[in-house]
Formats: sequence, C-alpha cells, structure tokens
Amino acid sequence: MNPLIPLFVVVPLAGAFLIMILGRFIKDFNKYFASLVLLFLVMASFYSLFTTGEDTSVYKVGGWEPVNRFPIGIYMVMDGFTVILLCIISLIGFLSVFYSISYISRYTSENYFYALFCLMTAGMNGVVLSGDLFNIFVFLEIAAISSYALVAFGVGKNELEATFKYQVLGGLASFLILFAIGFIYWNAKTLNIADIKAAFASGNDNYYYLFIQILVLSGFGLKAAIIPFHAWLPDAHSSAPSPISAMLSGVLIKAVGIYVIIRLFFNMFIITEGVSVLITTLGTLSMVVGVFLAIGQWDIKRLLAYHSISQMGYVVMSVGIGMILLSQGGKREIAVLAISGGLFHLINHAAFKGLLFLNAGAIEYTIGTRDLKEMGGLHKYMPVTSATSFIASLSISGIPPFNGFFSKLIIIIAAILAKFYLLAALAVIVSIITLASFMKFQRYAFFNRERGASAEKIREVPFPMVFSMVIMSILCLGLSILAFPGVREAVLTPAINILTDPSNYITRLIGY
Amino acid sequence: MTVYLLCFILFLIGLYGVITRRNLIKIAISLSIMEFSCFLFFALIGYIDGGIAPIVDPADPLKTYVDPLPQALVLTAIVIGLATTSMLMAVIIRIYRRYKTFDIREISNLRG
Repeated sequence: MNPLIPLFVVVPLAGAFLIMILGRFIKDFNKYFASLVLLFLVMASFYSLFTTGEDTSVYKVGGWEPVNRFPIGIYMVMDGFTVILLCIISLIGFLSVFYSISYISRYTSENYFYALFCLMTAGMNGVVLSGDLFNIFVFLEIAAISSYALVAFGVGKNELEATFKYQVLGGLASFLILFAIGFIYWNAKTLNIADIKAAFASGNDNYYYLFIQILVLSGFGLKAAIIPFHAWLPDAHSSAPSPISAMLSGVLIKAVGIYVIIRLFFNMFIITEGVSVLITTLGTLSMVVGVFLAIGQWDIKRLLAYHSISQMGYVVMSVGIGMILLSQGGKREIAVLAISGGLFHLINHAAFKGLLFLNAGAIEYTIGTRDLKEMGGLHKYMPVTSATSFIASLSISGIPPFNGFFSKLIIIIAAILAKFYLLAALAVIVSIITLASFMKFQRYAFFNRERGASAEKIREVPFPMVFSMVIMSILCLGLSILAFPGVREAVLTPAINILTDPSNYITRLIGY
Repeated sequence: MTVYLLCFILFLIGLYGVITRRNLIKIAISLSIMEFSCFLFFALIGYIDGGIAPIVDPADPLKTYVDPLPQALVLTAIVIGLATTSMLMAVIIRIYRRYKTFDIREISNLRG
C-alpha cells in the first residue's frame, strides 16, 4: 500500500491555489513554489517507481469500502503502468517549469501561467491514477481546460485561432467520451474499470461492445491526435509557449490519450481481433502520414508537432500488433515484446520531444523567429543548444547509442517476428525520412551561413534553460539502459504484466 | 426507444451546427446543444418507469427508485460544461477584439 497516492493530485491542486493567492503579494513566489511542487512530485513518483514493482495499491477516496464485494467508492490505483506515466509527467513537468523561470519572464501575468501549469499537472496525474471511468473524464477535463488556456497564453492572432480549433475538437472528444461512459454504465451498471471488465466478461453482445469501442477510440483518439483526428495538434502545439509545447507534446497527448486507450482496451474491454486491426491501421497511418506532413514544414515547432503525430504512430502500431497477437492467441512472448517496445518508445518520446521543443524555444528566445529560412550559423553562438538538439535529433531518428534506436529496434524486431513484414519495412522507411527531416533542421538552424540577425546580440540562453536542456539530453542517452535486462524487468515488465494478463487487474482491484 | 432516438437527433443537430455554421458564437451554441444531448442521455438511462426520487423512505424501503448515480454524474458534467463554455466564450471575445469579426472564414492564419 502506497501512502502517497492522494498527494499526487492534492499537492499540485493546492499549489495552484496558493500560487494564485500568495503570488500577488510575494514577489517571485510563483516560479519557485511551482518548481518546488513539481520537484516534490518528481521525488514522490520515483519513490513509487522503486517501491511499486509488481504490487498494486488502491486508495479508496473517502474510505468507502466495497458493499457485498461491489466497489462503490472512487478508486485510485497505482500499478506498474501508472508509475511509469507519473514519472514522465513529473520529470518533464519539473524541467519545463524550471525552464520557464527565464522563458516566461517575457510574458505578463506569470501567476496565471504557473497556476495553470500546476492545475494541468494535477489533471494528468488524476487521469493516470484513476481507476474509475467517470473520474478519468473529470480529470481529463481539468487537464484539457488548463491546456486550452495555456495554448492561448500569448493572446496573439495565431494563439487564439489555434486554441479555438483545439477547444472545438477537444469539446467534441469530451462529448464522445461522455456518450461512451453513458453506454458503458447502461450495460454494466458500474463505473469501476475492473468491475466493468468483470461485467463485460459475462455478457457477449458483440455489436454493442463494438459501438462502445469505436466511441472510446474516436474520443481518446481525438485527444491523442491519431491521424484522422489530428487537425488541432500542429496549430495548438506550435502556438503555445515552448515549455507548454514540451508538456503538450511530451506528456499530455500520452497521459490523456495513449495511456487511456491502452488502459481501457487491455484492462476494460475484451480484446477482439477487429478492433486490434483497426488500432494497428490507425497507428501505421499516423506514423506514415505524420512524417510526410512534417517534411515540408519550415516552422520549427510545426515540424516538431507533426513528428509527434508520427512518433505516436509507432507507439500505437506496436501496441496494436501486441493486441492482434493476444486476440489470435499467438505467441505471448512476441506480443509482450511488441507492447514493451511501444511503452519504451512512449517513455523515450517524452524525453527527446520535450528536449526538441525546449531547443526550439531557446532559438525563438534568442533570435525571435521560428522560421528555418531565417536562421543559420547558430552553433558558434549557442553551443549548448546546438549540442543538445543534435543529441535529440539523433535520438528521434533512431541512431545508436541513443534511446530512440533501442525502442525502434524492439518495435521492428517484434513486427518481423509477428510476420508483419510490411509494417516493419514502413517503420524503417519512416525512421529514415525522420532522419532526413532532422538533418534539414540541423543544417538550416545551426550549420548554415549566418544571415539576417546581427551576430553580437546572439548569446547562449540563461542558466535555467541550459540546465533543463542538459538534463534532458542526459536522459536521452541514459534511458537506453531500459533496453537491457535487469533494468527492463524492474521497470517495463510490471507494466506489461498488468496489461497482458486479463484476470490480473480484476483480481488485484476487487478481489474475485 | 423513441426518446433515445430524439436524444441522438439532438446530438446530430449540434454536430451539423458545428460543421456548417460560420459564426463563432453559433459554433459555441452548437457545441452546447451537443453537450446537453449527452446530459439528456445520462438522465434517460437513470430513469425507471414509475420510479420516485431516490430518497429512501424508512417506512417502506422497497419502493421503486430512479437510479441516482447518473443524476450525480450529470451534475458534475454540467459544472465541467460551464467551465468549458465560459472558456470558449472568453476566447471568442478575444478573437473578436483581434480580428474584428466573428466569421470563421476570415480567421485563417494557420495553414499547412
């Protein structure tokens, strides 16, 4: 039993409240207090990562115990899969907030920024901890509303247009999710995820379940920006302030999109072959179309945003391959390999995409433009930004020894072993196009002739920004060790066990 | 069954409005219509024919009550809906100040 579970939601919520109240009276209270809150979350989540292992701890809000073995309270569940997401959220969140100390000082009303940031963190922590379907919806809306406000933080023309698009599509996604929850409650008469799984296992109404699954997939797919639902992502992620872009791309689309899809389809629905094939197809489409949309971009942050779609495609595709194998009753080892490749890539993507957005922010901070055509020769003046973004570019393109290489390798090996040769070939090709696209970024931003801006004004960015970027580039290299036996068993295997064993989750939560 | 169908038609009316309207305020109204069709759906699935309000009568506890849980969910969802709608309206007011128009066709800086 982990005593820290409620603190993951309570501490950032209280932090947001205190920043709004006390930040008005005490100068610089907001930035240091927000960093402190996120630092506490980092320590708490890593403590949980080392102590959780294979256990599952359940915290019942308000102490409502089950009645006649029917769970009636709100459950907050911490297991191997949740802990990984908590670590990503708090670590990337802490580095982004620390980066913001210099970056956001250009904007007015910093109090609102830090308060909304804490609120968004609380929402995402709530989504990943919740073991109850409606609670997922509530926390998802908390995270979504604060991210709408943060995308519009610059209140320029582009920011407002992007946030309007984001809000309309995000609202549509919320209604689809709400409808899905209604249909699930109608049939199962409960909202606890484990209890719903038990109720679904007895019934066998295929078309009804298929309808619910499509609703859930389109709702959370809109939040995760899988390809037919991706229209809002490039606008929103490129218009937000850079630390927020790092949070949105690195964490938010995973925590409220991919995580919930994986959790619900493995732990709530019974995996069927049709839906698994659909998920794999959507993942492959995102992977391929995203990279082709990215290659023609000249705005750095738009380019990175399209690459987010493409890299999320890798995750969804490999998880989908695992689902197909599990539903066909194929070899379990290969399914486990595919899913672990997906989860590993999810972790890695948070590190390198967060770093790339912070680099883009550093460039924008120094020379005031995001257009690749107006840059050049920056590696002489900004050595740290140049070096860290080079590491991140190699990492996202899958060059050894950086983390992206190992996760892509695992995904490709799993696809070959599962006899999906076409998907393996596509994964390799997309990786090569990604490399080409990032070589373009490197060449135009850092290694071309200088042009435009006068060279004297260009200097390396302030210490907080440099610190965040360096730590993230160390993460890009250091996360490679997750691929090796020993570390993999400690971190990835508990998450995969909770996902792939269908009865595991129910037994641990409600005990029958 | 008819009433569920009407609820679904309400959802489709909202969706039609979001897709076809050109005015930002009308898009926001259409979103609200979709939202309320969701709330109506929740209220409907909790309804039981002949049920009374779910306050347990100690004299006769075995009366037929309507399901109270969807009502609680709808209350929560209405509060969330209020927050999203006010956020959307605030953004629309800001857009109007910047662009001097509510027409979505003229608000198209971001492309590609």
